[in-house]
Amino acid sequence: MQPTGTKTAAFRQALPLSFPIMVGFIFLGITCGMYASSLGLPWWMPTFMSIAIFGGSAEFVVASMLPGVFDPLTTFAVILVVQARHLFYGLSMLKPFAGMGRKKPYLIYALCDESFSINYGAHVPERIDRGWFMLFVSLLNQASWVLGCTLGGVFGNMIPLDIEGISFAMTALCVVIFLDQWLQEKSHVSSLTGLAASALALVLFGADGFLIPAMLIILAVMAVLRPRLESIYSSDDAPAADGSGAA
Amino acid sequence: MTTLQQIATVLIAGAATVLTRFLPFFAFRHGAPRFIRYLGDVLPGAIFGMLVIYCLKDVDVLAGSHGAPEAIGILVTGGIYLWRRDMLWAILTGTASYMLLVNLVW
Repeated sequence: MQPTGTKTAAFRQALPLSFPIMVGFIFLGITCGMYASSLGLPWWMPTFMSIAIFGGSAEFVVASMLPGVFDPLTTFAVILVVQARHLFYGLSMLKPFAGMGRKKPYLIYALCDESFSINYGAHVPERIDRGWFMLFVSLLNQASWVLGCTLGGVFGNMIPLDIEGISFAMTALCVVIFLDQWLQEKSHVSSLTGLAASALALVLFGADGFLIPAMLIILAVMAVLRPRLESIYSSDDAPAADGSGAA
Repeated sequence: MTTLQQIATVLIAGAATVLTRFLPFFAFRHGAPRFIRYLGDVLPGAIFGMLVIYCLKDVDVLAGSHGAPEAIGILVTGGIYLWRRDMLWAILTGTASYMLLVNLVW
């Protein structure tokens, strides 16, 4: 296969799937940039954050901290908690990202909720190079976010922006992938556990602090049900023979 | 904060983010134990369940529109997906119907 043809085909596969997220990212990025400039931060700060952090909710939190007192330890701890869900994405992408070579560091760095969702959940035809597809999805999404944040930071409050509801694209993306998984999976235990544990944690701990408890409940349920679930969910080609056993 | 301290704060937040994204790959770069591979196989279903709830975390079912636009948006998204099996169309129609609802109805 010619490299150019491979890349073009992967790009043409990635663009339509990324499109709704890109539109959402541009508008949410503008909002994030405008929020930062409303706090009196320099115009380049939203752009800098969109590259150094690249995580929507974390950037809003950091922007709110920047006018305050310098407290690196608190910043580190808070952002670690805000971003802890990425640990789950990494565990799920160990296999899909294996053998990605030089693309791998960027794919991992840019593993936001949306890119993870598309890269994990999208159906890519056999003829399309999965690596280039995932790279383009990640690049398009991040480019849109950086663009949005920059516009918001540079033009600040000059743009009267109120496109209410555009962020629903992420909800719709998650619903579609959840549904798609549901139709394919041999057992619904994991999907139902994710919904139930998160709903329970949300009721108990509220919107700002429910993700970590939800993740812990999910991990506990999966560990307890492992004897029943392991053979159902296993994607290993051959029975494990590495002898490393349970962690 | 001085500008330099602000830059340091952003870089620290970036380091925390990078840590959460790279840790699984770094920790298991020489192969993952069976339990971790099991988690990799079993977690995605739960993660998307969790993300659906995460997207809806700020919806107040007791006040305002009681989550009606979200519920309708999800039904449209799911319905279109079941009908056409096309992710893009499902996301676009679901988002468009949600935007129409919050801007024109509620």
